[in-house]
Amino acid sequence: MTITPNGFDLDNTGQRIVVDPVTRIEGHMRCEVNVDDEGIIRNAVSTGTMWRGLEVILKGRDPRDAWAFTERICGVCTGTHALTSVRAVEDALGITIPENANSIRNMMQLNLQIHDHIVHFYHLHALDWVNPINALRADPKATSELQQAVSPSHPLSSPGYFRDVQNRLKQFVESGQLGLFKNGYWDNPAYLLPPEADLMATTHYLEALDLQKEIVKIHTIFGGKNPHPNWLVGGVPCPINVHSTGAVGAINMERLNLVSSIIDKCIDFNKNVYLPDVVAIGGFYKNWLYGGGLSSQCVMAYGDIPENANDYSAANMHLPRGAITNGDLTTVHDVDVRDPEQIQEFVDHSWYEYGEPGKGLHPWDGVTEANFELGANTKGTRTNIEEIDEAAKYSWIKAPRWRGNPMEVGPLARYIVGYASGHEDITEQVNGLLTTMDLPVDALFSTLGRTAARALESEYCGRLQKQFFDKLVTNIKNGDESTANIAKWDPSTWPAEAKGVGMSEAPRGALGHWVRIKDGRIENYQCVVPTTWNGSPRDSQGNIGAFEAALMNTKMERPEEPVEILRTLHSFDPCLACSTHVMSPDGDELTTVKVR
Amino acid sequence: MPEIETFYDVMRTQGITRRSFMKYCSLTASALGLGPAFVPQIAHAMETKPRTPVIWLNGLECTCCSESFIRGAHPLAKDVVLSMISLDYQHVLMAAAGHAAEAALDEAMEKYHGNYILAVEGNPPLNEDGMFCISAGKPFVEKLRHVAEGAKAVISWGACASYGCVQAAKPNPTQATPVHKVITDKPIIKIPGCPPIAEVMTGVITYMLTFDRLPELDRQGRPAMFYGQRIHDKCYRRPHFDAGQFIETWDDDNARKGYCLYKMGCKGPTTYNACSTIGWNEGTSFPIQSGHGCIGCSEDGFWDQGSFYDRVTDLTQFGVEKNADQVGFAAAGVVGGAIAIHAAVSALKQAQKKTQSTPETNKEEV
Repeated sequence: MTITPNGFDLDNTGQRIVVDPVTRIEGHMRCEVNVDDEGIIRNAVSTGTMWRGLEVILKGRDPRDAWAFTERICGVCTGTHALTSVRAVEDALGITIPENANSIRNMMQLNLQIHDHIVHFYHLHALDWVNPINALRADPKATSELQQAVSPSHPLSSPGYFRDVQNRLKQFVESGQLGLFKNGYWDNPAYLLPPEADLMATTHYLEALDLQKEIVKIHTIFGGKNPHPNWLVGGVPCPINVHSTGAVGAINMERLNLVSSIIDKCIDFNKNVYLPDVVAIGGFYKNWLYGGGLSSQCVMAYGDIPENANDYSAANMHLPRGAITNGDLTTVHDVDVRDPEQIQEFVDHSWYEYGEPGKGLHPWDGVTEANFELGANTKGTRTNIEEIDEAAKYSWIKAPRWRGNPMEVGPLARYIVGYASGHEDITEQVNGLLTTMDLPVDALFSTLGRTAARALESEYCGRLQKQFFDKLVTNIKNGDESTANIAKWDPSTWPAEAKGVGMSEAPRGALGHWVRIKDGRIENYQCVVPTTWNGSPRDSQGNIGAFEAALMNTKMERPEEPVEILRTLHSFDPCLACSTHVMSPDGDELTTVKVR
Repeated sequence: MPEIETFYDVMRTQGITRRSFMKYCSLTASALGLGPAFVPQIAHAMETKPRTPVIWLNGLECTCCSESFIRGAHPLAKDVVLSMISLDYQHVLMAAAGHAAEAALDEAMEKYHGNYILAVEGNPPLNEDGMFCISAGKPFVEKLRHVAEGAKAVISWGACASYGCVQAAKPNPTQATPVHKVITDKPIIKIPGCPPIAEVMTGVITYMLTFDRLPELDRQGRPAMFYGQRIHDKCYRRPHFDAGQFIETWDDDNARKGYCLYKMGCKGPTTYNACSTIGWNEGTSFPIQSGHGCIGCSEDGFWDQGSFYDRVTDLTQFGVEKNADQVGFAAAGVVGGAIAIHAAVSALKQAQKKTQSTPETNKEEV
């Protein structure tokens, strides 16, 4: 048994369970755990199993194009990398953006938060808690009563409505072609909902599927498409014209009305469906308080949604910034992403090489050389891994640390930082939820806490979206229709050398891009993304990362059926394409192959 | 082959009336650009064809294709998944994980050997023995080859599977490789775009279910019905191009009037896709309508064609000596001439395209 510096007792002697692929996530991931005789997880190993090398591809490109490349890091959190990229380039080149561009960017970023959180909860996470097969046993009338009790204002609540959905589900199941539900763990005792709650939630799975395609239309209006809307260094590409000839080729009154109606749909769904579902489902799982991991120790957020354009200070942000270490909620540390001592990445257990063990590098000076090398105790072969050896290198994800600490990022981290720093809206939401559910503050530090924080945030973001819509309209009313600043569009206006950083809060957590520009071209580009933090492997000190920590000490009902593992991993909303793309700044050919 | 319900059976058992079913067929016909005469044919197909099993694999990608797929409005994603196909393996949405997921894959492959459609999102990297993308402990490329073996056809979703996309941009460090360079013995339908339009994705699937054959493909292997024309050919801003009315810089008066984005680097003139006709997200908008030029995301190698803000320089529509600046500042009389030249060049190109696009896999029964 080993005790990690961050306080986890690791014991890898028990039965080894392998989950590969971990499904209902973005990208490719593997997870291995050891369970003891009672089915309790005593060792956890998370492996990022993909790598794309986007930063070397960016080297030598026009920095004004970087948003389009980095946006393709992830199509689930689409847009957030693009936003972070234009912020990094603007920071490097000293470009300011108009207020309208700030409002539109904020609406797009908030829209992503809401969309991503809803799709995550219903389509990626719900099946860890909800059993659609059990829904067949529900009484539609009782389901209707349940629906009206948990959410009196949701219009879709009649017994006939639930009967129709149940019938459709029944025919689907009876066809014998179970499709996406095939081989689910439907008779596992870990599922605790009564049939009526299962039917209600399964119905909302379908409702949310219909709604999510509406939500994203805000991206389509301002950015032309979703996934992967268009952005612009210096502002936003969509012009505004509400008064004059040609308005049909710009953001006009009809477009604004459409945006407004979608904002209202988001607000209604959060209020009538998403939050009530989380409370209702959470109520049945209230004693399942596993999965806290690092959340009660070390959490971090960069902050986002600047009230005023071009001011990225913590005080100007609606989503909070700060770091908490050692579980001390009385002290919220400042986070400075430029400080070479604060954020560093380590590769001792990652498939990269620095040439010097235990070395950490700030992203502006980031170096990455791929080195796919398996440990001596790996079971299987180089191209058929049966069990990984975590004592050696074991992931395509690097290990980022803040002042040496592994950190959890994401909605729960943002809410803990916000709560600890007295953020009014967040504190009110958190206290309200805890009171409703009759739970102590400590209950936040859990898998369910992560899931609940995401729902609260979706609700908060819905209100903020409305706020920035109003701000945009007011600004237009005051005569300002500007959406782009072109003073430094031409590369001839740029300094010979510059470096900048962009930050945002992606749906999954703190996201940073660091760029160096030389002679009008990208010299170096590094991203440290949420799942790099959360999915981090061990570091040279032996600290485990957030995924691994959260799995520790969880009781599995049936170790061969990884329901509990999926629950906790999904509560982070892992995004592996995001986390595993880092690449050498000097663009070396990646031919290093070492086999022990 | 085991008994499988037909699409019509499933719709009926879900309480859908014959009348609604026929209405659905009629909508499908019009969505595919077919006349009313095709409605009975579609209805017949749906009454007699089994639900087709689809196995969806993910390689190196960003999941934007899966996300686009669920944005589908007609048909709705839920209807596709519950009633039209049997999505037997799709790791972004499926309930099972690990061994249980792989068992579902094995079972589907065995049960429907030779009859399933393999849909691929992303591509396999070949460097590092394929271990830049690992699935179930093995290189993704192995899984791709294994699953392709029993497929009746392969759909390459998006730019990644079709051409390589961003991870294959220079210098392509992982040697990310498009599907058709790895799978060479199956009919492959490329649906490029980053991502493709949702209704194009579902339109291709519905077409195959309805007519029981591959769509007509162009020389590059793309369905001619959606990729047969350039964005520019059907762009609603095209009259401004022809009239020489261009946006000169971001957010200028011309931008606010919705003039042509050609000088801002728009790749519409060289990009074959349906954005300017079908539109994005239920026709809400498309890039040009929202003020940014097309970046050409459905074209092979679009990442390596210079900056997205560089003008398309090989556009000959203005005639040999003319460029957009000259046209833009010239009098209307000149524009008339430019249009005539443009039209002639377009006609020529059309003729070339016809001779080039005799598809190898055209109208192949699947």
